[in-house]
Amino acid sequence: MSSLDTSSYRRREESITYSAESAGMGETHELLTLNIGPHHPATHGVLRLLATLEGEVVRDIKPIIGYVHTGIEKTAEQKAYWKVVPVIERMDYLAYYFNSMAYCGAVETLLELEVPERAQYLRVIHLELNRIMSHLVWLGTSALDLGAISMFWYCFRERESILDMFEMSSGQRMHTRYFQVGGVMEDIPPGFAAKLRRFCAEMPTRADQYADLLEKNQIVLERLRGTCALDQETLLKIGVTGPLLRAAGNPWDLRKAHPYSCYDRFDFKIPVGTVGDNYDRYRVRHAEIYESVKIIQQALDGLPDGPHITPNRKVSLPPRHELATSMEALIHHFKLVTEGFRVPAGEAYYPIEGPRGELGCFVRADGSSKPARVHMRDPSFVNLQALAPMVRGSYIADLIATLAMLDPVLGGIDR
Amino acid sequence: MPDATGLELTAHEIRERDSDSILATEFSHGRAVLVAAAGSVIDVLGALRERGYTFLASLHGVDYYPQQPRLGVLYELLDMSEVDRITVKIRVDTDDPRVPTATGLFPGAEFPEREVYDMFGVVFEGHPDLRRILMPEDFEGFPQRRDFPVGGEPVLFTHNERDGYGRWQ
Repeated sequence: MSSLDTSSYRRREESITYSAESAGMGETHELLTLNIGPHHPATHGVLRLLATLEGEVVRDIKPIIGYVHTGIEKTAEQKAYWKVVPVIERMDYLAYYFNSMAYCGAVETLLELEVPERAQYLRVIHLELNRIMSHLVWLGTSALDLGAISMFWYCFRERESILDMFEMSSGQRMHTRYFQVGGVMEDIPPGFAAKLRRFCAEMPTRADQYADLLEKNQIVLERLRGTCALDQETLLKIGVTGPLLRAAGNPWDLRKAHPYSCYDRFDFKIPVGTVGDNYDRYRVRHAEIYESVKIIQQALDGLPDGPHITPNRKVSLPPRHELATSMEALIHHFKLVTEGFRVPAGEAYYPIEGPRGELGCFVRADGSSKPARVHMRDPSFVNLQALAPMVRGSYIADLIATLAMLDPVLGGIDR
Repeated sequence: MPDATGLELTAHEIRERDSDSILATEFSHGRAVLVAAAGSVIDVLGALRERGYTFLASLHGVDYYPQQPRLGVLYELLDMSEVDRITVKIRVDTDDPRVPTATGLFPGAEFPEREVYDMFGVVFEGHPDLRRILMPEDFEGFPQRRDFPVGGEPVLFTHNERDGYGRWQ
């Protein structure tokens, strides 16, 4: 291992103290600094935690992130606006529809572009399916952290059927590039609606079954109830949004508070918790699955006719058949594919309610066909700051449960 | 969002306290922006927080190259009871980009400020733990600046590890 010694990077790594330290606690007690991760199944990604322990009690914790930083925000500046969508979807890899929705919304604001009704409804259907999918992955992996391996298989079974529907509508299971600036890529195929209705009829009973498995389990209840609670004042100071804030009793949800797309037309409830412990965090996300199903059903029933993407040919590609007959369509197609569309100079911040909280996309346009700055306010990144105040003074086993209930997605944190 | 008149009123009231704090106002696409002087940004944020904008939704940096001063730091504030958003923008030069930290007002600004420092090199004075957050600690340069080139990033393998990390070519 002598070659490692020459690297300054390794030297810096070695400067972190892992040894037992005496901290003025007498001869019989000492603090222990424990490194958890970055490769650890319970960290939900490539997250590294430096925990300072006094026996089994966490005295302090430092999250160290950046291991999956891929510079997507920098990459986005090198690409035409419509080519940014695929890379931006890869940030938070469990909420790809949300990433592209926030980005497309910001660009549409700058273009002052009207999105057709049908496209908005199709967007809402896919966003809510994505929310259920994200919560299912969270529920499966969190239960796994608590020792319940069968939940993982049940949750991923339902997730499979959602991914099958994504595959039906867009051809891809993940990172679908389905949302485009001005609407969605193509209309839903025949059979999609029937499959979605079957799913909507089945999902609530599946969610009931999850609850039966978990909520009557003494081990799960004792590990979740009353552990690592944080009140809403502290959460708001840290900037936490989403299910974590709602679990503490604050019903803040952008879908209700500041409806975007067409969320003002659906009847749904915002589940809230009471004390903000891990059990409330679990219950809020679990209840959101039912509400998302309700939104999907209403969107499917009220799905209006019309175009699925804006008819503005300066922004959206012309239909394939027009290329053979219309010179103008050919020119538009050529311009869009080679240069892309230009966006007038300006700045926009478009916040939406992601599965983990406020997902805001900031886009600065300088008048060219490439964005001058794309920034994603990822909820996981901000929410991770709440981990230390949550777990200080609790057992290290509760740290694992709390990290699971925090639901961080490292692709979104590191971007 | 406050409308254009509301934004001017807010700017006027903050200017009454300190006439040099607000440099300009911008209003476009329904988005209200107060351009503040870098030195008095904490006063402006504090004044806005007293007016109900108690939640810091986002904090991010922008490089306005080739405009001067180049760097910008944007604070997206949110009033949760009125469902109202306002943006505070400050501009600093690349020579000595120093901004007072907002972590005293909004503890949640800690990670976002570290990210802005990491990506743009803006130094937040008084920040409790100003280190790189996403890039490696020994990384040189500020990658989100517009004049930072894309590509050529060395990849550490065992065969070139001896050459030292970051000393490729």
